[in-house]
Formats: sequence, structure tokens, C-alpha cells
Amino acid sequence: MARTFATPLRRAKGAGSSHEGVGHFRSQRLTAIASIVMAILALLVAIFVGGRDYAEARQLLAHPIIAGTMALAVGVFVWHMIIGMQVIIEDYVHNPVIKLSLLIANLLFGLLVFALAAVSIAVIAVGHVPSGA
Amino acid sequence: MANPDLRERRPLSPHLQIYRPRLTMVMSIMHRITGAALYFATLLAIWWLVALASGPAYFSFVDGLLGSWVGLAVLVAALYALFHHMLGGIRHLIWDNAQALSIASANRMNLLSLALSAALTVLVIIAAIAAN
Repeated sequence: MARTFATPLRRAKGAGSSHEGVGHFRSQRLTAIASIVMAILALLVAIFVGGRDYAEARQLLAHPIIAGTMALAVGVFVWHMIIGMQVIIEDYVHNPVIKLSLLIANLLFGLLVFALAAVSIAVIAVGHVPSGA
Repeated sequence: MANPDLRERRPLSPHLQIYRPRLTMVMSIMHRITGAALYFATLLAIWWLVALASGPAYFSFVDGLLGSWVGLAVLVAALYALFHHMLGGIRHLIWDNAQALSIASANRMNLLSLALSAALTVLVIIAAIAAN
């Protein structure tokens, strides 16, 4: 067993009133570092894609490397967004019912946005280009 | 607890209405504000992706909206917010490692990140114009 310095009382009470340890802190920093890299890559793509017409933009983003990069970027950003917005809600909303509702809404909305983006990128990468309207 | 009237008149510890704004506290709240702004800016970018997947008609509507003067102004503001938040995040990662925590070095890093955010924003705008 790993060496631990926790006293028996500390172990019995767990992580205290926070009910959790440093997991949140760690994923905040992990997604922050990943976001730096992915934001730079996403910016490069945006610079090249910006101002193009529909067919050109579709074709550029359909490349597997670009589509894969954008999918990873969206995943990292949305994860970081959910964590960040959660901290803001926890800091400023004190009514327990409203707070819990907003935390659930934040998580579900983030997952919905990720699903929309992931499906869109998949459609762009493999789908047929719709003709006409 | 029994007297709600007394509870409401309890003195509060000094806060924003007492302290003069300092660079460190302004940059602290700016990090949060730019983060919240980027939440909505990312939604705009994902909206553009959804439009691109949806078809030419919807794409030209969304792309036209983002390419309008108002849209471009929002995008430039989002670009600045991105660099402000990114460099602020790097600052926080440095502080997380118990480095550069003195007031003087905190202020130096704050000023450096402000200047770099503005410079990188201009650089990306120039690159975007050149790429077109």
C-alpha cells in the first residue's frame, strides 16, 4: 500500500465538506495546457479558412488531420469551459436549488455543444457536400 | 439567527467599495471575464462549424453574420480575450509552481501579458488579412 500521512480521523472524514480532492484542480490545469496548444492550432486553421467560400471551407476542413485537430480542440475547449463556468456558478450563486440547477444545465449544455460540434466535424469530414439550398 | 433584522445589518468585511483598484486585482477579475467571454465566443465558432456542415444556404447566413462589421468586431474582441486568457493562464501555471509570487514580479508579468495580448491580436489580424 502507498505510504500515507493521513491520520485515521482524516481518512474517516474523507476530503471534508468539499467531498472531493484535487481532481478538479488537476483537470482544470490539464485542459488549460491542452487548450493553449489546441487554440494555437485552431487559430491557424481559422486564419486559413476565414473568408473562403463554402466549397473551399468544406474541402479544407474535410482533411483528416484538420478535422481531427478541430475535433480534439473542441473537446478540450468544451471540457475547460464546463469546469470554468462551474467555478463561476459556485462562486456567485448561493441559493442551493438555483446553484444545482445551473451546475446541471452547465454540464448538459456543454455536452450538447460538444455533440453538435463533433457531429458537424464528422459530417464535414466524411459527408457529401449538400447541393443547392 | 433568530433575528433576521440583525442578520441583515451585520457589517461586511471591506471589499470592492473600499479598496482602490490594483493591477493584480483587475487582472484577476479580467481573467475570469475573458474566460466567460470565450465561453460564448467558442459557441460562435461551433455555430460556424454547424453551419458549414448544414449546407451552403445556412453557411452563407452565419458566415455573412460573422463577416459583417459587427461580427468582425466581436471576433477581434474574442481574439484579444483569447490571448489575454491564454497568457493569464500561463501566468497562473507559473504561480501554481510557487514562482514569481512577489508583488513586483506579479506586476511585471501582468504588464508583459497585457502588451503581448495586444501584440498577438494585431499579429493574427495581419496574418488573417494577408491569408485572404
